[in-house]
Amino acid sequence: MSDVITQTQTEAAGETRHMNMIEAINSALDVMLTRDPDVILLGEDIGYFGGVFRCTAGLQEKHGKTRVFDTPISECGIIGVAVGMGAYGLRPVPEIQFADYIYPGLDQLISEAARLRYRSAAEFIAPMTVRSPFGGGIFGGQTHSQSPEAIFTHVSGLKTVVPATPYDAKGLLISCIEDNDPVIFFEPKRIYNGPFDGYYDKPAKSWKGRDDAQVPDGYYKIPLGKARMVTDGDALTILAYGTMVHVAQAVCEAKGVDAQILDLRTLVPLDIEAIEASVRHTGRCLIVHEATRTSGFGAELSALVTERCFYHLEAPVERVTGFDTPYPHSLEWAYFPGPVRIGEAIDKILQD
Amino acid sequence: MASANDAKGHNRPPLRLHVPEPFYRPGDAVDFSHVTIPPAGAQPRPDEACPARDTYPLCDDLIRVLGEDNQAHGPWDPRLAPETLRQMLREMALVRAFDNRMYRAQRQGKTSFYMKCTGEEATSVCATHALDADDMIFPSYRQQGCLIARGYRLTEMINQIYSNRADKLKGRQLPIMYCSKRLNFFSISGNLATQLPQATGFAMASASKGDSRIAATWVGEGSTAEGDFHSALTFATVYNAPVIFNVINNQWAISSFSGFAGAERANFAARAIGYGVAGLRVDGNDPLAVYAAERWAADRARSNGGPTLIEHFTYRAEGHSTSDDPSAYRSADEGSEWPLGDPVNRLKNHLIAIGEWSEAQQDAQDAELDTMVKEAQKEAEKNGILGHGLHHPFATMFEDVFEELPWHLKEQSEQAIRERQIKWPEDPAE
Repeated sequence: MSDVITQTQTEAAGETRHMNMIEAINSALDVMLTRDPDVILLGEDIGYFGGVFRCTAGLQEKHGKTRVFDTPISECGIIGVAVGMGAYGLRPVPEIQFADYIYPGLDQLISEAARLRYRSAAEFIAPMTVRSPFGGGIFGGQTHSQSPEAIFTHVSGLKTVVPATPYDAKGLLISCIEDNDPVIFFEPKRIYNGPFDGYYDKPAKSWKGRDDAQVPDGYYKIPLGKARMVTDGDALTILAYGTMVHVAQAVCEAKGVDAQILDLRTLVPLDIEAIEASVRHTGRCLIVHEATRTSGFGAELSALVTERCFYHLEAPVERVTGFDTPYPHSLEWAYFPGPVRIGEAIDKILQD
Repeated sequence: MASANDAKGHNRPPLRLHVPEPFYRPGDAVDFSHVTIPPAGAQPRPDEACPARDTYPLCDDLIRVLGEDNQAHGPWDPRLAPETLRQMLREMALVRAFDNRMYRAQRQGKTSFYMKCTGEEATSVCATHALDADDMIFPSYRQQGCLIARGYRLTEMINQIYSNRADKLKGRQLPIMYCSKRLNFFSISGNLATQLPQATGFAMASASKGDSRIAATWVGEGSTAEGDFHSALTFATVYNAPVIFNVINNQWAISSFSGFAGAERANFAARAIGYGVAGLRVDGNDPLAVYAAERWAADRARSNGGPTLIEHFTYRAEGHSTSDDPSAYRSADEGSEWPLGDPVNRLKNHLIAIGEWSEAQQDAQDAELDTMVKEAQKEAEKNGILGHGLHHPFATMFEDVFEELPWHLKEQSEQAIRERQIKWPEDPAE
């Protein structure tokens, strides 16, 4: 089973301090802007203002206007110029302000960035990292809450990454920026400021005091394609990513379920070894994601687990997901795949 | 509930939907008298560093240098040396010879598809001469002239067209979708106008690094309707990117005439106006005018004057591609009646008029170029033609999706190799 980072790498990264996910992302961008003069940041409101979620705060002041700058409101333009910058030899890090806005830029991502290496037989590459806040739980309505990861995992040539902790966010983002393939880096905005346990009517939690929010100041990487074991357990495997890692963990704690929770971290490339090892160990598998159900990434996970671990399974693979409706503003907490939906699925899997 | 306006006799005029229709359809006689052609040399040439708005009168004009007398006229005359003119003539003629032979090769079943640029040779060859060799070209699919002007080997081009084992794009791209990093010729996309924001991004990157390279990109007039066109112009003007947008108005986007891209209301050069970008409208069949306009835009970009949009007013003398039959939608006489003539003939006639060329030399050169293309074709055919087995090894299908092969592609690659052994057991292992 894969984990994380070696002690030596962490030591090399210098002093650690508490950071929330926004600060960790800011730190990763700062480290990479400092280390590599070819890294360039662009996106709506990211420059002087520092981004609507403040992820790029202070970076323009520190690194200059030609390396960190605002763009017109044009996702197709933002991603399209990033392809050209990559062809020149830069490593652009475009920000799409909300994942819901990414659709006008889809052609440049899917037909251009993702296929440039293939169609040019590696003469040209598009080494870009598209950062975008995604997911629900912040009363964003149907245009500020979507989880479109399945669209991207379906595309040949794109990598899809979703961090769940500040420590991972920084280490994974640095890996993405150094990667020579185009990557979509989805930032679960519900957990920018603190892990969310799914109990919307209880006070928000903070990253303070948690080990996974102790982040080195310097440079370190978490390799893409390696899952993180969140809790070790024997009763069932839970496959999750982003906000849902924390919700699933809180449900298991509340119910006293001995689950092995895998935070997938990267959907493409996927850590199939970790998934297989875990499901073969527990014999039961629950998949949790926020995105709508039909043709969601959970369907792919379920198929893989069934194909590869069928004779080790003691119960059908279950999926907990969002519903196949747009995200409703006023009924957000009815939509969100929270403790009740996850709890019922766990009960069902364990009773078989 | 019915609105009050549904009642008979209400006094508002009925609205009408306008669907554009070209002037001529198959069987119609052609009359291009509606095309305004100003005299050569009559157009003013503003300084390259002028404000963009000073170019706007030129967006509604037509920059021309070569007159009916085959002489160069006016302030846009680039005053090129005869050797340069002969070189451009040679390359345009080579493009035409190449197109003719590759068209036949497609008809002979040696490849799936081909696209000629007959009548448009000046818009790529002469424009490329106005750029420096390290300037980046973001082409559309009818810019074979850019590669030829940069000296790309014909055999390499034909290998790509045949998708054979020597095709350095490993048989993945449609014929004519070339790519050469060495010659600063970007990979061609089948999705239209995507290269415009990319060219702008390249130009922005060059500017941000304090480099001196500029970018030039080509797009058909039909594709100016794509969102990418508007994104690119917005980014280019916002960041004053050193980029040239060449809009090839060849009148037809497959079977849709330029009216479907808005030509009935405004010239394509006029698209520059709303963005604050310099705009030039050029006789695209006048090799000297094309060179001069491109050179003006390149000098402007290189001196931080910003982007320029050039509309090359030309005519697609052949079908869109080998899959297209233009006789089904346009008058058969359009190509021969096009009032701006043929770019190869115009440059040839100019060189003869100034005593630097002759019909005999032209005939000899045409024969020489034809032989050259024929030999390149023979050379390429040693590496195979499409569908004849001499393609890249099987496993290359899975290469270059990512920098490294991930587990799922490894598994699929093994599956493909197993299938291959079952489907084609007689093939030697690759």
